[in-house]
Amino acid sequence: MSTELHTGAELVVKALSALKVKYLFGYPGGTVLDIYDALFKQQDVEHILVRHEQAATHMADGYARATGEVGVVLATSGPGATNCITGIATAYMDSIPMVVLSGQVPTGLIGDDAFQETDIVGCSRPIVKHSFNCRDISEIPNIIAKAFYIASTGRPGPVVIELPKDLLMPGQSAEFLLDAEIKMRSYNPTVKGHHRQIKKAVQAITQAKRLVIYSGGGIIIANAAELLQALVEKLNAPITNTLMGLGGISGLHDNFIGMLGMHGSLEANKAMAHADVILALGARFDDRVTNNVKKFCPNATIVHVDIDPTSISKTINAHIPVVGLVDIVIKQLLAELEETNYLINQENNQDWWQQINQWRNEKSISYENEVEGGKIKPQRVIQAMYQATNGEAYVCSDVGQHQMFAAQYYPFAKPRQWINSGGLGTMGFGLPAAMGVKMAFPDSHVICITGDGSIQMNIQELSTCMQYNLPVVIISLNNRSLGMVRQWQDMVYGGRHSSSYMESLPDFVKLAESYGHIGIQINSLDELDEKLAQAFAIKNQLVFVDVLVDEKEHVYPMQIRTGAIDEMWIKKGVKA
Amino acid sequence: MRRILAILLENEAGSLSRIVGLFSQRAFNIVSLTVAPTEDASLSRITIATEGDDKILEQIVKQVNKLIDVLKITDLTERQHVERELLLIKVLAMNDKSRTEVKRITDIFRGAIIDIGKQVYTIQLTGDADKLNAFINTLANETEIIESVRSGCVGIARGEKALRAK
Repeated sequence: MSTELHTGAELVVKALSALKVKYLFGYPGGTVLDIYDALFKQQDVEHILVRHEQAATHMADGYARATGEVGVVLATSGPGATNCITGIATAYMDSIPMVVLSGQVPTGLIGDDAFQETDIVGCSRPIVKHSFNCRDISEIPNIIAKAFYIASTGRPGPVVIELPKDLLMPGQSAEFLLDAEIKMRSYNPTVKGHHRQIKKAVQAITQAKRLVIYSGGGIIIANAAELLQALVEKLNAPITNTLMGLGGISGLHDNFIGMLGMHGSLEANKAMAHADVILALGARFDDRVTNNVKKFCPNATIVHVDIDPTSISKTINAHIPVVGLVDIVIKQLLAELEETNYLINQENNQDWWQQINQWRNEKSISYENEVEGGKIKPQRVIQAMYQATNGEAYVCSDVGQHQMFAAQYYPFAKPRQWINSGGLGTMGFGLPAAMGVKMAFPDSHVICITGDGSIQMNIQELSTCMQYNLPVVIISLNNRSLGMVRQWQDMVYGGRHSSSYMESLPDFVKLAESYGHIGIQINSLDELDEKLAQAFAIKNQLVFVDVLVDEKEHVYPMQIRTGAIDEMWIKKGVKA
Repeated sequence: MRRILAILLENEAGSLSRIVGLFSQRAFNIVSLTVAPTEDASLSRITIATEGDDKILEQIVKQVNKLIDVLKITDLTERQHVERELLLIKVLAMNDKSRTEVKRITDIFRGAIIDIGKQVYTIQLTGDADKLNAFINTLANETEIIESVRSGCVGIARGEKALRAK
């Protein structure tokens, strides 16, 4: 049998094809031109040319969040690679499976400050799950396979592979050999919860009088939404989601008490504060949830389920830690409840719900729609957006007030519908993420909800949308300022608006048109619903909807700094 | 509280930098660090002396374990263990009195004079950190210290307990 030899570049593309990669998001440059040449000669892997490498990472990220597959990026060495850094950090903070292939100068030049050389493995070290330096052409296929395995198993995350140019060029060649099975003696993520911990957890849960389930992004990543719903209903427990966990249970479910944390609902934060047992599922007690950790739920027994042991007892001490994949652990919990013939204590349960419903009745997620001058309230735009899409759209958010309004006013019925940069808070994430989602689901409504600040951080991608016909609907809540910055300046910095406005905004309608898209401006409330419906009726072209909203609106509720989880401003000047 | 951590990890390019990077990134403290390949050349063993309370130590152990290259980590200070550090120290030994005194102190501490110059002695000493500190202080009272270097500590569990790949 004759052996077929390939260049390193061909091995890269063959490996991607063997791993069933459909799209590769990237930008060419000197050190990766051989890979681009190999891509040109095949049909399995489609390359999507962005306008900035940061956008390639966010596109791959959006694609990964919507599909659950690994998002794949290709960038050249030096500036191409460093432009990926923000996107890698974004994926790292939100545990998104991603593989970034970066070019590197030829092996013999590494360390010489060669043209377009940066140590990308070094630069990215604190923000990757793992990284590989390729130094032998024959290793390429297995390194790529390992990278995919590491990126997508356990707690997912980004993996960087550095490929020096001499390994890719003609001159060196190797066989395409891929191990049948990936084995790593140093990497074996735990999957099942320890049975003794499961028993302890169930004991605590069943003895609780005031149980709250607090679930996060782990539920989405593990595709555990149905199991979660079964557990919630079995226990008839109130459930709150983190920003990353929205859609983990339907936003319309009777037991859902809203998002918790900094801009969470009163009932969610109150329920947490008054709980005697908190069951945390795939959430990590982030500082945007806990507020002051010293005052955090002092009377609660905390059961913490997470795949990553470092997340447990990092900020809040867990009384009953359970390490394992959250879907498997929920199954174990359900089985144990079944085995112990668990029945709900109706009296306790009703008392608890009665209390929660009192908090619910305060309607903390509300705003005053009637204002002088007919200014449009941003919350109203989200509600209109919900109506126009029947609640079924993929909503990809940028970062700022619009993000919080979307989280509060668009109840997500399904997991993976809500796509946002929760951990890193990356402005400029929304548009490329929406593009990645649209690649995966061309027939669905895909919204980029953004603001006049965020959208300008990756606006060049309007050009990519034209090239690949990606008709996302961009809804920009234009308040002529950096709204969240301005809100903090109003509340904490004596109203001094230091560098928080945009005094030279472009005409977004004309801008969209100049890229060949459709631009619509909405500046009065009476045209809002009609024009939004119009925008969503256009299927084959990108529509940029520039909505001029009330620039003075703040996001409420809002936790009071240094306070307990439930110490909040309900609206301007009103404490909970 | 001072702790000694022993780490077994893949002997690959970049694996040491991941450990060091992790400590600086998460504001953990490194008092000393030593690293060398083991008898199995595919593995390295690192010993880190660190300081921190139980909560910090728990995070350090978990975070190090989370690194893909790491096979095992253990806190040697949790159990009975042996700890050693190597000191090489060069001191002034200009006249008979100081030469005699330096030799006497070295003998008492069971060190060895391993090199001599016209006016200096170089001494080698192994022991735990306390012993090395005591030796340095005693020498400093008798003569002038020109230069010293410490290896950082290495450690191993007492008895049957062992840190192995399998």
